[in-house]
Amino acid sequence: MRSLDLIFNDYNLRILISIGIYIIMALGLNLITGVTGQLSLGHAAFMSIGAYASALVSMQTGLPFGLALLSGALAAGIFGIILGFPTLRLSGDYLAVATLGFGEIVRVVLVNMEITGGALGLSPIPTKTNVWLTWILVMVVVLAMYRIENSRFGRALLAIREDEIAAEAMGIHTTRYKIMAFAIGAICAGLGGALYAHFITYINPIDFGFMKSIEILNMVVLGGMGSIPGTVLGAVVLTVAPETLRFVDQYRMLFYGAMLVMMMIFRPNGLLGGVNFTRLVLKTFKLDRVRGKAAVAHRVRGE
Amino acid sequence: MFFQQLLNGITLGAAYALIALGYTMVYGIITLINFAHGEIFMVGAFVGLALTYIVKANIFISLLGAMLACMVLGIVVERVAYRPLRRSSRLSALISAIGVSIFLATLVQLIRGPQTTNYPAGIIANTVYNFASIQVSKLQLVMIVVSALLMLGLQLIVKYTKIGKAMRATAQDYDAASLMGININRVISFTFALGSALAAAGGVLVGIYFNAVGPFMGLSAGLKAFAAAVLGGIGSIPGAMLGGILLGLAEISAIAAGKSSYTDAIAFSILFLVLLIKPTGLLGRPIQKKV
Repeated sequence: MRSLDLIFNDYNLRILISIGIYIIMALGLNLITGVTGQLSLGHAAFMSIGAYASALVSMQTGLPFGLALLSGALAAGIFGIILGFPTLRLSGDYLAVATLGFGEIVRVVLVNMEITGGALGLSPIPTKTNVWLTWILVMVVVLAMYRIENSRFGRALLAIREDEIAAEAMGIHTTRYKIMAFAIGAICAGLGGALYAHFITYINPIDFGFMKSIEILNMVVLGGMGSIPGTVLGAVVLTVAPETLRFVDQYRMLFYGAMLVMMMIFRPNGLLGGVNFTRLVLKTFKLDRVRGKAAVAHRVRGE
Repeated sequence: MFFQQLLNGITLGAAYALIALGYTMVYGIITLINFAHGEIFMVGAFVGLALTYIVKANIFISLLGAMLACMVLGIVVERVAYRPLRRSSRLSALISAIGVSIFLATLVQLIRGPQTTNYPAGIIANTVYNFASIQVSKLQLVMIVVSALLMLGLQLIVKYTKIGKAMRATAQDYDAASLMGININRVISFTFALGSALAAAGGVLVGIYFNAVGPFMGLSAGLKAFAAAVLGGIGSIPGAMLGGILLGLAEISAIAAGKSSYTDAIAFSILFLVLLIKPTGLLGRPIQKKV
């Protein structure tokens, strides 16, 4: 049991919670940017909305933690839709800048509002987030993302990423789909923000600036745009790396910047982008032939 | 009072316009938001600062030095981070640009430290001229005159030189221009050099005006200048000038109304509104969707 205590010590548990929170948020951004191809530079704003909403619910009303989480996620989702309606008519670069502007506006408003504690932030927020809850939510979000990816909705999103005009011509209501993707992504960010608030117990508008959005974007880009295992990998690597590289902390952003450029030049789809895991596993274990035969059998039987 | 604020707004707006021109020119030619432009502005401010301190240079010499240094930097950035991506998706190019901007800001922070520094006092004499009821400081006069001269110079280059003609042709139709024997790479390098030089001039002027130069000043100034470029209609050179001045006026009126903590939000709210109401800006050409 002692060795178990060594592995699951406080420090490691905290890192594990951090990883979980970032996985949830990065998967949300992956749906927006990786799957739907809409570059959003304001993901941290949704995170801050979730964090502040849930923290305020906890601190002002004393409602149970579950409700605080839910209200954080919902608040972010509502803002996702509000932002979605007008801005998603824009595409490409304009959307990126509009989301960036949205992020900055949210930050300025948080600094200037009284109920949010202004630049001082909010504390103490009750500590409620634990490893179990975080990782159960991670599982739920991962499963939900898989369900989305393999549904009619998910394929419509992919079609929008590949060619928006063609998708529209095929009868996909692109604006509606983009808003839905934005709302789901925002809900994930809000959930992550709510967990973060009840984990760190202190939130401050500075924590949710442009750089935080970039950090989350980096996870998606490094892991693989549009790939769920890739995004999870990216979130794990970029959460653990700064911890192990504490001594080069100030070089971290230098590395981040250079990495973004190099990834785009040499591997624009990220480490695992475009890798189909099911197929990879089947291939490795030589199961694809079996599956192929089954498929042929289906076809013969006319299914 | 009103005219005084108007003058302050125009002074600030002229500096924003200088930066906005770089965004507009690059966007006009390769339809890329050069995210690193704000950082080039910041580097320009630092180079100007270094020159005034180290060589005790005259302000105009520092200005020229900063412009030259940033010209080189702009060309290098384009070579390293944008040229390899010219045929890939616009999302990739934009992310690469964000990478460059983070890299440059962090690099300067590592070299100089995160704190802000000041230009030496009295680099421009504190003289104040009175015109009727309006007070014009020498600094404001320098800012307006330098900006106006630079913009005039840019107009002359774009309108009356051979490379300016090539720039306009490339902006109109990239592929056709290259078929007509225009060296696209040279035109793009030249555009980056021009835009970066203007940003550097803006950096030195804004650095003296606010008397604070820091490694992270590029982000917010760059975003504001971009808002100005979008407001005027991205891709349009007169639009960038108009947008810059309007943004400067909006900001000064916010400060005059005692809401100075909201100035950043104002720039972005304007950006938002423009994007919603007229996405091509005040003087922009309509965007055509290609099928």
